Amino acid sequence: MSLIFEQSRCGRRAMKLEPLDVPEAPLADALCRQSPAELPEVSELDVVRHFTNLSRKNFGVDSHFYPLGSCTMKYNPKIADVAAGLPGFAGLHPHLATEHTYWPACGGALALIHETERLLAEIAGMRQVSLQPMAGAHGELAGTLLIAAYHRDKGNRKDTIIVPDSAHGTNPASAAIAGYKVVEVPSDKDGTIHVDSFRAVLNESVAGVMLTCPNTHGLFEPAVQELAKLAHEVDALMYYDGANLNAIIGKCRPGDLGFDVMHFNLHKTFGTPHGMGGPGSGPVGVGERLEPFLPGPRVIRAGEDLRIAVPPKSIGQMAPFFGNFLVAVRAYAYILQLGGEGLREVAENAVLNANYMLARLRAAYQPAFESGFMHECVLTGTPQAKQGARALDIAKALLDYGFHAPTVYFPLTVKESLMIEPTETESKATLDAFCEAMLEIAAAIEKDAASLADAPRTTPVGRLDEVRAAKELDVAY
Amino acid sequence: MSWISTTPAEREEMLAAIGVETIDDLFATIPESVRLKGLDLPGSKSEMAVAKAVADLASRNTPGVVSFLGGGYYDHYIPAAVDALASRSEFLTAYTPYQPECSQGTLQAIYEYQSAICRLAGMDVANASLYDGGTAVFEAATMAVRATRRERIVCAPSLNPLYRRMLATHMANLGLEILDGDNAEGAACVIAQNPSFLGDIQDLTDLAARCHEHGALLVVSFYPISLGLLKSPGEMGADIAVGEGQSLGLPLGFGGPYLGIMATRKNLIRKMPGRIAAATADAEGRRGYVLTLQAREQHIRREKAMSNICSNEAHCALRTLIYLCMLGKEGLREVAAQCHAKAEYLKSRLGFAETLNAGPTFNEFAVRLPRNAADVAQRLLDQGYTAGLPLASLDAGGPNDLLIAVTEQRTRKEMDEFAAALENASCH
Repeated sequence: MSLIFEQSRCGRRAMKLEPLDVPEAPLADALCRQSPAELPEVSELDVVRHFTNLSRKNFGVDSHFYPLGSCTMKYNPKIADVAAGLPGFAGLHPHLATEHTYWPACGGALALIHETERLLAEIAGMRQVSLQPMAGAHGELAGTLLIAAYHRDKGNRKDTIIVPDSAHGTNPASAAIAGYKVVEVPSDKDGTIHVDSFRAVLNESVAGVMLTCPNTHGLFEPAVQELAKLAHEVDALMYYDGANLNAIIGKCRPGDLGFDVMHFNLHKTFGTPHGMGGPGSGPVGVGERLEPFLPGPRVIRAGEDLRIAVPPKSIGQMAPFFGNFLVAVRAYAYILQLGGEGLREVAENAVLNANYMLARLRAAYQPAFESGFMHECVLTGTPQAKQGARALDIAKALLDYGFHAPTVYFPLTVKESLMIEPTETESKATLDAFCEAMLEIAAAIEKDAASLADAPRTTPVGRLDEVRAAKELDVAY
Repeated sequence: MSWISTTPAEREEMLAAIGVETIDDLFATIPESVRLKGLDLPGSKSEMAVAKAVADLASRNTPGVVSFLGGGYYDHYIPAAVDALASRSEFLTAYTPYQPECSQGTLQAIYEYQSAICRLAGMDVANASLYDGGTAVFEAATMAVRATRRERIVCAPSLNPLYRRMLATHMANLGLEILDGDNAEGAACVIAQNPSFLGDIQDLTDLAARCHEHGALLVVSFYPISLGLLKSPGEMGADIAVGEGQSLGLPLGFGGPYLGIMATRKNLIRKMPGRIAAATADAEGRRGYVLTLQAREQHIRREKAMSNICSNEAHCALRTLIYLCMLGKEGLREVAAQCHAKAEYLKSRLGFAETLNAGPTFNEFAVRLPRNAADVAQRLLDQGYTAGLPLASLDAGGPNDLLIAVTEQRTRKEMDEFAAALENASCH
């Protein structure tokens, strides 16, 4: 498909402005650009047709089953889009919050922020939540900065954060920006962290421990309370990576498991759209110990009124205002509609769906671990690789069946990993169709593994030359 | 109400296939002592009730006033095609293009976005987006540290004070030094903003030369709309150009989601954080796009990555691209020229107040009113205006100082009436 720049014709325009109703104002040449930016000169129909046709080259949740492990690609309710588009939210200037005389003009937004933070705190068993972080990794950074502020305040000299070998790459990357060394704790053969291996890396220099629970193997960490107890004995704080909250929402709470700080992924657990990679939203939640350090400004309740204030020992500002507010509006609508009972059903059906798929896929695929999968199941494609087809080939073959591929080659702890997360919103019929495809692919591999090499055949392009892309680096037209 | 489609009969079938009796059997690994009896949340609601609840909250806000509020975030007109196209769910409900063959829409859009940003900013390469203008400043600072192996960041007073605060928060534990001013000596970079937070247009060409003399990089934070008219960061000699993309087709949205723009010179591409789309081809020679240079990123490099960013603001970048296409080469110039001309007109109507900008301004300027700016703003709010940003609220000016912004949406009539109302509230 041609680029929009290639469709440009000199003098063509899509949009016209109202004629200028004030005198033109000159500006010194020295301050002006030499020539206008070479943006496309196209008509409105050119633009509409171009982007409509581009969109058709995508798989999305609305059009395709998207079992991308660790990403929780659930259905995104339309009412949430409507809520976020209300002029009372979408058209609201954020500096109304900066100047206190303007607060009455944004009272509904402040109430929504305060209430969403309260709801999230209750869901996770945290004392307070801040909506400021703008994505999951940004929430991790906020959390690790909070841990650092806590230790600095107490005069603790600590320089290390423990992360499991199965952790998302963002965990060690966030810890590094917060100024910490990263030490890995290995997972045991059963895919979880054992107390002995944890003890081996835990000492007085440890400031915090970042865990995902269930972990990225899809398994609940059975020793999590013991790990938290041991960490707290050396005054190390427990960080909960909320990437997999969908598995336990309404069933148990990170705060009750012993976690001191966490982030939520509103774009995973709370059904806000992933938007091709963002915007997300990564609110940070804290227990009592970290409350004084929360990012500010915050919306707080003072009697009947809502006010905006900065916590006493705040780490400062993670965002210019209250984070990705319109994403929070969507999540608020989502929580409101489901209620406590509905959220519990989310976890139950997410776990049911993943385990059902595993039960069907066992016929031809090897689970990476014996048992205990929750909202996602991790397979290892090692047997298929021995027959000549790698996890990547299986992923590409699935595209031809009209399914988005699972996450492949993550977690790094599992060879030829295929990580399948169906989410709660998919029907049994969809899960069955996907499993049938997977079984057919396994059969095809047994017969002739090389037959997968030229998949996908039905997508707008076939496998692309990534080496050439990195070598030629054509990154702008 | 929920969005689960499994029927009770299907659930039984599925449990039987798994080989367990109840759903709770699947949660057996959660210790008994922490299993929840229930959450203290309101009960579930119908969609109709939710629609009413959110509409009630939205109606307690007043976005519809005639706005002269800016301060880095502006009330520009958004063409209808932006919402219509960006809300297509093939864009909205897709994720990061990990499988390029079924994500060519996303990847080509990112490539086109990168191209448009490069042309706008006069730079060679751009990334696929960062969170917002403030985090883009932070990422530019650490990028400069990597490129120069120096540990001092210098912030010019022109920088948005919110960005300056966010920079300090994000860098708190990196052992780096942040100084204010514009002395490039020994610095990894000097970060300047054009137009300045108070609206001043500057030519940063000399600053770029001084930075390069001292082996420092120049980071320029820009206001994208202004580049319809003003000298681009590239033309001034900037090494890294960053900006808040909100003005390019994103709603004000009470603070987000916004868009962090970042562009740089070709030789610095490997130091740049964030995703990058690149053109390539498949085995049949068909043009296609992939994410490239991923070895810089957290999912490969972990604690040694250029940044911890994973989710970005791809959908906001798409809106920006559509906006820039709708305006086109001439349209962007015209929007910028109108913003400037209208601001100059309003400035000329405010003879009763002292203008604080010494030189030319773009679409925003600061005035010192005869009376407390917050009090005046309060009175004007009651008359249906947001008069601007009282600068004391950000510690960026005195109690009587007000920052006033004008976009192409304001009419001469609105400005005449506003000028009269402001004078009345300030002087009587």
